[in-house]
Amino acid sequence: MTVAPQAATLPQAGRLRSTVDFYLTTMRLAVQEQLQYRTANYFYMFGMVAEPVIYLVVWTTIADQQGGSVQGFTAGYFAAYYIVWTLVRNMNIVFGAPYWEQRIREGDLAGALVRPLHPLHFDIAYFAGWKVVVIALWIPLAIGLSLVFDPVLDPRPLEITVFAVAIWGAYLLRTMFQSTLGMLCFWTTRGAAIFDLWMTLELLLSGRLVPLPLMPDWVQTISWFLPFQWAFYFPIESLVGDLSDAELARGLAVQLLWILIGLGLFKIAWRSAIRRFSAVGG
Amino acid sequence: MEHAVHVSRLEKIFVVPEREAGLVAATKSLVRRKSREVRAVDGISFDITPGEIVGFLGPNGAGKTTTLKMLSGLLYPTGGEARILGHVPSKREKAFLRRITLVMGNRNQLQWDLPALDSYELNRAIYRIPRADFTPMRDELIELLDVGDLVRKPVRQLSLGERMKVEIVGALLHRPQVLFLDEPTIGLDVTMQKRIRSFVATYNERHGATVLLTSHYMADVQALCKRVIVIHHGRILFDGPLTGLADQFAAYKTIGVALEDGHIDLGRYGEVLHRDGDWITLRVPKAETSQVAARLLADQSVLDLTIEDTPIEDVIELVFAQEPPE
Repeated sequence: MTVAPQAATLPQAGRLRSTVDFYLTTMRLAVQEQLQYRTANYFYMFGMVAEPVIYLVVWTTIADQQGGSVQGFTAGYFAAYYIVWTLVRNMNIVFGAPYWEQRIREGDLAGALVRPLHPLHFDIAYFAGWKVVVIALWIPLAIGLSLVFDPVLDPRPLEITVFAVAIWGAYLLRTMFQSTLGMLCFWTTRGAAIFDLWMTLELLLSGRLVPLPLMPDWVQTISWFLPFQWAFYFPIESLVGDLSDAELARGLAVQLLWILIGLGLFKIAWRSAIRRFSAVGG
Repeated sequence: MEHAVHVSRLEKIFVVPEREAGLVAATKSLVRRKSREVRAVDGISFDITPGEIVGFLGPNGAGKTTTLKMLSGLLYPTGGEARILGHVPSKREKAFLRRITLVMGNRNQLQWDLPALDSYELNRAIYRIPRADFTPMRDELIELLDVGDLVRKPVRQLSLGERMKVEIVGALLHRPQVLFLDEPTIGLDVTMQKRIRSFVATYNERHGATVLLTSHYMADVQALCKRVIVIHHGRILFDGPLTGLADQFAAYKTIGVALEDGHIDLGRYGEVLHRDGDWITLRVPKAETSQVAARLLADQSVLDLTIEDTPIEDVIELVFAQEPPE
């Protein structure tokens, strides 16, 4: 069998340049799309603020009752922790595992698979664009919360730089693990129990519910060896806490390690998932 | 002749779970699950030469979409071989995906909340099309489908037909050499169907693209396809010129006749299908057509007489009514 002599295909732009171009184009698209829904986005972010404000009020009250601090953490620390929390939490919103089912059921995956680019690239690029809008919307919200709760925040330039990198690291880390979990949707439409279990573990072991130093020692030890805190507690602590340069560097390195582990797991799961999809169809 | 599409004994078997309705059956299925094999595509073979437009016909569930999905690399065949422009589709090589497109009617691939122009930009980046090539190609397609004002509106504000047109532009920006069109005119009004048909014909002429088209609208097939492949129960029933379909499957022709006295009973000449004033339509066995026509002319005072093949829709209905093979 030989290749048919047909009309020539269009030439192809260089690989690296094309990849950068794809990411920038998709991010721009996401920003445009999100700007259409700026009011909805604001309401959404206000909704997101409810959770940390509750935690903040609880911990501030406890601190006040215990003479101004809980295990050495002052009300000002809690205020800073939970205000930064709001940004980290929003950065952590990625293409969630349960949405893979919708993607398969509605045929979007089939559409994505006939294109010469892995759908993970689109997810990363699209949500990254959304984050640009999130950060812009977060700034006035953070100012408002700061006026009410009076946070204590005095980061060094290095801490600000590490934080700026770590929130994107957190984004990538969570993308990898949520995408890997999402592969379950290729085998079952009842993955919700596993997704919920994962979310519960994440809630307890990430620093989302409580700053990790307030958890029992054994919980802190376990959480150190799991990916959750590197997508949540570490980015917050890099800005709010008092980590040494070595701890900041180690935190970024562990984040990178978990991103690579997540990517590896995703690749393995994807290969099986796509084999299954090709066998049984959408 | 070198082939753009080569399919040999292609097969797809699905294993589907099966159980009766009700609580007892549900409980039993906990212990013992039953399943059965469905041969969606059952050893089909055909070749398509470059630049050819082929109609791929069959009733719902015949295996058309499964075949198109195998040819576009979405489904892995259970057996047999497929090659598109020399590529094995199931390998899903990027070089292969850049040379094909799959358009499925009623499926939207464009960003819902944004104008189609923005989605085209995304496709440019995905297919790595240099801007110098992209802009003229995009403008050519927009002009051909006359969607200049539509591509600036958010996709969600477009009607079904308008959406299909802008969708097609997006699917062809990378100038694919093989087009798999799965019911591209489904749900569209007649004018919109015509527009898309003429577009496909023009694209085919200009770019020498090979087209495999499925449609339930025979007008699409008649307008575009000299050749049709009919698939039913996963097997190919017919592969040849559209005109040959009637020869193989339609055992009858229709004779229309206007008589001076329209009340005469013509039952002895053939089956009277209907009467419309003095105009009577008869169905007669194909082999006896000329004989019956001669008898009518000899016996009756005939004002006008026509002999017609069975309409293609009726032929297709006859084909689709075929029983599955044992």
